[in-house]
Amino acid sequence: MDNIRNFSIIAHIDHGKSTLADRLIQFTGVVNDRDFQDQILDNMDIERERGITIKSQAISLPYKAKDGCSYALNLIDTPGHVDFTYEVSRSLASCEGVLLLIDAAQGVQAQTLANLYLAMEHDLAIIPVINKIDLPSADVERVIEQIDSELGLDSDTHLKCSAKEGTGIEEILEAIVARIPPPKGDQKAPLAALIFDAKYDAFRGTVIYCRIFDGQVKAGDIIRLMYNNATYRVEEVGRFILRREKRESLSAGEVGYIIAGVKTVSDVRTGDTITMDNRPCANPLPGFKEVKPVVFASIYPIASDDYEDLAVSLEKYKLNDASFVYEKDSSAALGQGFRCGFLGLLHLDIVQERLEREYDLSIILSVPSVRYRFTLRDGTVIYVDNPTHYPEPMSITKSEEPYIRATMMLPERYLGAVMKLCMEKRGVNSTLNYPNPGRAELTYEMPLAEVIFDFYDRFKSVTQGYGSFDYDLIDYRESPLALLDILVNGERVDALSQIVHRERARARGLQACERLKDEIPRQMFKIAIQGAIGGEIISRTTISAFRKDVIAKCYGGDISRKRKLLEKQKKGKKRMKMIGNVSIPQSAFLAVLKSDTE
Amino acid sequence: MDAGAIPNPAGDSLRRLGESNEPPGLYIHIPFCLSKCPYCDFYSSTDLTAIPDFLAALRREMSLNEGFKSGFDTVYIGGGTPSLLSQTLLDRLIGDILTAFTIASDAEITVEVNPGDTTAGRLTALRRAGVNRLSIGCQSFDDGALAFLGRRHRADQAVEAIHRTRDAGFENLGIDLIYGLPGPYGDAFATWLDTLRTALAFRPEHLSCYQLTVETGTPLADRVRKGEIALPDPGFQSRYFHRTAAILEEAGYRHYEVSNFAQGDRFRSRHNSKYWNHTPYLGLGPAAHSFDGRRRRWNHRSIAAYLKELAAGKPPTAESELLSDEALRLESLFLGLRTRRGIDLAGFKRRYGEDLLVEKEEILKKLKEDKFVEIRNGFLMPTRAGMAVADSLALI
Repeated sequence: MDNIRNFSIIAHIDHGKSTLADRLIQFTGVVNDRDFQDQILDNMDIERERGITIKSQAISLPYKAKDGCSYALNLIDTPGHVDFTYEVSRSLASCEGVLLLIDAAQGVQAQTLANLYLAMEHDLAIIPVINKIDLPSADVERVIEQIDSELGLDSDTHLKCSAKEGTGIEEILEAIVARIPPPKGDQKAPLAALIFDAKYDAFRGTVIYCRIFDGQVKAGDIIRLMYNNATYRVEEVGRFILRREKRESLSAGEVGYIIAGVKTVSDVRTGDTITMDNRPCANPLPGFKEVKPVVFASIYPIASDDYEDLAVSLEKYKLNDASFVYEKDSSAALGQGFRCGFLGLLHLDIVQERLEREYDLSIILSVPSVRYRFTLRDGTVIYVDNPTHYPEPMSITKSEEPYIRATMMLPERYLGAVMKLCMEKRGVNSTLNYPNPGRAELTYEMPLAEVIFDFYDRFKSVTQGYGSFDYDLIDYRESPLALLDILVNGERVDALSQIVHRERARARGLQACERLKDEIPRQMFKIAIQGAIGGEIISRTTISAFRKDVIAKCYGGDISRKRKLLEKQKKGKKRMKMIGNVSIPQSAFLAVLKSDTE
Repeated sequence: MDAGAIPNPAGDSLRRLGESNEPPGLYIHIPFCLSKCPYCDFYSSTDLTAIPDFLAALRREMSLNEGFKSGFDTVYIGGGTPSLLSQTLLDRLIGDILTAFTIASDAEITVEVNPGDTTAGRLTALRRAGVNRLSIGCQSFDDGALAFLGRRHRADQAVEAIHRTRDAGFENLGIDLIYGLPGPYGDAFATWLDTLRTALAFRPEHLSCYQLTVETGTPLADRVRKGEIALPDPGFQSRYFHRTAAILEEAGYRHYEVSNFAQGDRFRSRHNSKYWNHTPYLGLGPAAHSFDGRRRRWNHRSIAAYLKELAAGKPPTAESELLSDEALRLESLFLGLRTRRGIDLAGFKRRYGEDLLVEKEEILKKLKEDKFVEIRNGFLMPTRAGMAVADSLALI
């Protein structure tokens, strides 16, 4: 166990996490330079394009240190977005230390702090690493000062590197060995393993990634998942070194994978504890939370013929994304589809993009919603996450919406702007602390609906990226609600309906109309867009028709060229949903939630 | 000649694939101009020394296409500027065409002429050679507008040219005009109305009124991109279109295609109509397009390449495409909807297996209500407002 180190790299987006991971992998000789595929850990296209890590993975790096001993350095990658904070926390719970990576030019940023606080919560050893020192704009002195003043870490402990050029890598590996403590644990004790990730493999079923805290596990063992007491027979255990490498057993302190005939990743819960069926540990490892979707939206195929394809694709997608849930749904305007639950809007974006890219589907997403609670006249309590199921207003005796506690860390100078934003988002009961000079810790209780939709982006913008933000669901609170409908040429488009706070209904209605006006292209007909509550029209706007689109001349030589242009337009139109006579682009459905400030 | 080398654009088996039973049309492209107009993207060269070689090559291209036994009932000599050819060369060109191909006795034979080139000698030669229709590129009767358009003639020359064509005995005269020039809308529009009135005073049998279009790669496009000039916004363009059509219809012209007006059906451009109803056509000369009902091919857009291929005895084809039913269907719609005649619904159903009245029932109902289309005698016909949005109509 003394020769194992479990660590993560944490960093603000774009500070070079994946590049550093690649260099560590390269340096330890796991892969030769010729076969090297950049940014191995981010192995999905979307991740690579967005520069964020969505799902974590673990890789075991064999390293012979200068002390002459050989070590297994287990690098546990972490997702990098607030929608996945819980997954990050489980990855960190599997480590003893972190590399806190800071861009030499950009310095300390919001996620640097958010991640640092998470690491501190887990009592991890923290090694500050200043990356990108090769940049002309690098200001290493300033970053060293920030490490001291803003992060409250001992700036003498920092390392410098350029992951891009591969300098300073060995020093980092040595520091991991020297400064991150080896794992503790009792190999003789009953098995206790923390699940921090799971992936679906078409041949083997679910591959569970876990950290063994106590005990040992090997093929043939009957394991039990403590969350639901499901038992499975272990088929294979091993470590991940670019590929899965089978081993005899995994023991306390180690990080690796277990294959045990688990059909889908939904059968395992990140943060759950694996133990032995015949000799269970007394208590599950701390910190388990069941991750529940908080944002709901319906997915419809643009062409109704694609419904079956969509069904198959969702089923396949679900195999690999335990936090995604869905069920059948139908819309008067959009036909047959599925109601889906997501961890947040980014998660929703990712699902949409993957369905389109990997499964080649053109889909429409309805306006996302949170889950509301209504008490009806007859005393029944119902939860509604789909505006289509909004109860008859006369039957409602109490309406409630989910509230969160938002915790924000930010430099003091942004306090005014952030408080204003929180108030605008119906924030209440604020608290303010100064954990270190110049930095404020601000909490607010706010409706989840307000936070989900455009709070995060605006928060980042008003703090210029220096603020960090996290939230916990706290409770449901009574709130006057109303159903805002959108009518396009007099026809109600249920997929555009949203449940809103009554006092904000008018403003939201207007905003939705304006956004739709921007998103829906001019067409042959005038398009009237109205916002309505009950029967009452509360906002309206019109998109005037274009009156001329035809080119003046079309003779022998123009015909093929002209046809090709029209074919292109036709293809674009296919990606729009016809509602009545109006073609509505995909983007319109999400745009109604965006505020004017973006 | 090797008939197998070139697909016979009018082969009967191929023609059945199109929608029209008319004989095909013949287009000859004369790719020379004295100067290039800044808005024009038709292929032409100002190096007039290549004319003799070109005409020789053109004769070779004609001979490669002699397989057109069924003959043509329209001939259109365009450009470029065909009227810059000398009296003798024009005479000879038309003679060559009549020798190489079977041209129906009642064929419509059109030549595009520039006002500056309309000498009495040329006009008489054309008339004598059998040309029975002239298309005069007046473009405007305002000297300022003509200067902006880079035309070599003045307004008074255009007026004289029209008189001379009448004197030479031409009874089927088309005048080409361009509207929608940059400048304050009020002034530009007033200038356009003057131009239109001047043209109407001659009672031409045919008028083409084109909206100035910015074609990529032209000096005009350059100036627009740099922000030096701006064309009228879509609202004004629409007003030009509607006012022009209203004035000309009031004056007794039939608005039979987006940009074309004729004094009765007799004076519609029979040749151009073939483009809009998928009748096959053979195009000769650089950049000319041909269509056989299924395949469209086009010649090299370069005199040098054109000469080179023909010198080697090869057809000067640059590219060709075989149109799928889906592509033909779309063309049928967007071409048909450019014309007042519209789409023959039964014919469309026969050809493409789609009954538009059934498949597009809902949207057609709305389009009828909003007066974009009419359905009359089995035709789906665009109204004036419908013609203005013909491209969108085609995508319903």
